[in-house]
Amino acid sequence: MGTARGSSGRGVIWEIFRQEREGQPFQHGGSLEAPSLVFAEAYAREFYGRRDESFALWIVPRDAVKEVREPYVADVFDRDYRRVDGYSLKVKLKEARERAGTSEAR
Amino acid sequence: MSEAEFEAYVQSGGQVEVGDSMPEDYRKALVKFIEMHGNSELMGVLPEREWILRAPTLQRKLALTSKVQDEVGHAQLIYRVVEDLGKPREACLDDLVAGKTKFHNVFHYPTKTWGDVGVIAWLVDAAAIISQKALLRCSYAPYARIMKKICWEESFHILHGRDVILTMMNGTDEQRELVQEALNRWWGPLMQFHGNPIPAEDDPMYRWRIKSQANEEARQQFLDGYVPQIWELGLTVPDPKLRKGKDGVWEYSEPDWEELKWVVTGHGPETERRLGFRQASREETAWVRRAVLPDAA
Amino acid sequence: MNAQELLRLADDELILGWRNSEWTGIAPFLEEDVAFSSIAQTEIGHARAWYELAAKELGSDADSLAFDREPEDYLCSPLVELRLADDWARTIARHWLYESADAIRIGGLKASDDPDVAGLAEKIDREEAYHRMHAAMWEERLRGDARFREAVDELWPFALGVLSEAQRSLLCEAVDRDEVEAIEQGERNDLRPLWEEMTMVRRSVPGASW
Repeated sequence: MGTARGSSGRGVIWEIFRQEREGQPFQHGGSLEAPSLVFAEAYAREFYGRRDESFALWIVPRDAVKEVREPYVADVFDRDYRRVDGYSLKVKLKEARERAGTSEAR
Repeated sequence: MSEAEFEAYVQSGGQVEVGDSMPEDYRKALVKFIEMHGNSELMGVLPEREWILRAPTLQRKLALTSKVQDEVGHAQLIYRVVEDLGKPREACLDDLVAGKTKFHNVFHYPTKTWGDVGVIAWLVDAAAIISQKALLRCSYAPYARIMKKICWEESFHILHGRDVILTMMNGTDEQRELVQEALNRWWGPLMQFHGNPIPAEDDPMYRWRIKSQANEEARQQFLDGYVPQIWELGLTVPDPKLRKGKDGVWEYSEPDWEELKWVVTGHGPETERRLGFRQASREETAWVRRAVLPDAA
Repeated sequence: MNAQELLRLADDELILGWRNSEWTGIAPFLEEDVAFSSIAQTEIGHARAWYELAAKELGSDADSLAFDREPEDYLCSPLVELRLADDWARTIARHWLYESADAIRIGGLKASDDPDVAGLAEKIDREEAYHRMHAAMWEERLRGDARFREAVDELWPFALGVLSEAQRSLLCEAVDRDEVEAIEQGERNDLRPLWEEMTMVRRSVPGASW
């Protein structure tokens, strides 16, 4: 994610997540340098709220966020049971309808 | 991946995040380009902030303070991106005031009247926004993301600029004269702003999709959008050769590329004074940063 | 509430807002620059609101009241006129002291018989909550610094001068300091150059729209 400490090595970097409208997911807005959570909150309000553009904010110190790239190795063995296209019901449904006498000429 | 593979990757729309491996030349070019943008936002504040104090109505004072505030905010966003690429903010500021790094030509010139305030917000910002919109497609994703917020905030500046100009143009002869006089002084730097035409294939910034718009294309877009706006107000552009050709391409007098080079290498009329001013304010407030930012763990 | 009292409130907010806006672009660090600039803008906005109320009574408009009077006709307190632009310690000391005093003043105005005044004071108070948080945040950070403590000592008599005599003991309680002789009138030495700069564009084409 980049450096966890700010320019002089003394400030802390905070990640700001913002909810654009009520009920929406929180999305990453940006980062800022501040000496404490109190300062980070004051600045986050300014940067991500002064135009009334955020319904709510989450403020998180950068080193509390663990970034995971390419989260899952899922392409080595087939895991079609986890995908929609892993189920083909058409043929079985046709057979079941015929058995029950409920199939119509299509 | 090799440098050739990387180039193919970004040219096909591949995005680069901060932790990704990237060619050292790409990283260096990014830092230089983005740092210059941050420097420009920060230096651009200086010619404008004097006029906050002189704004002739409460509404103009609010709007201009808000505009300058946005620019400081943009500098913050941009320097954060540079810092995450490895160059701390204080190092950027050190290099800026020492004259080792550059900022855009337009911020090396004086502002003389309220006419300048209008012309800068209307036309200089417009020229900058054209470049900034092209940067929305930058291959380096953290930069492309902040450009979205920057472009959104800049849209308010253009409206403010237009409002200031229209009010003056609808006002007195003296006010109209202020606008024309300011336009006469700013036209040269505006035409130089997007840089001299470089063919895209020769420009590594373009090959790496850091920039996605050629300099001349940006300038043509500026002329196409804004010369009609200038002319419809009864203002004149101080270039007798300026005209739109039948093929839609604007013709104009060759901008002074020597002046551009001279100015951006630190010889503009206001360069030394403004860098000195920046350094003096940094020195006066150094104790605050030391007092407020906690010691490293 | 009479027009003169309204002008006093408006002038305080205008001149303080003008002073605070001197920091836009050169504050100690970028994040703080943005925050402090908002405070300056909000103060100007509050000034405008008080001018508009006064304007109703005086048959004028906010901009004329803000800009077109002579320097000696401004009714702002000496505290806000002081030029503190390159001194962050004194700027924050003033910010903290003014916000503390203004909280008491606004608190009184919320109880005004005049519904316009009470209503406006209520709105202003809501926005001022953020200014107070900001001032408290900085006061806590800087209170151990000699520079800041000296600045507060120096500006304390001026801070008392913002309030009426009856309200001063409340300020002493709020910031835990002893009352001293208040500075209520100034020489206007700092105001005149401020006024020259503030009005120079407006005076350049008198009567024009900008």
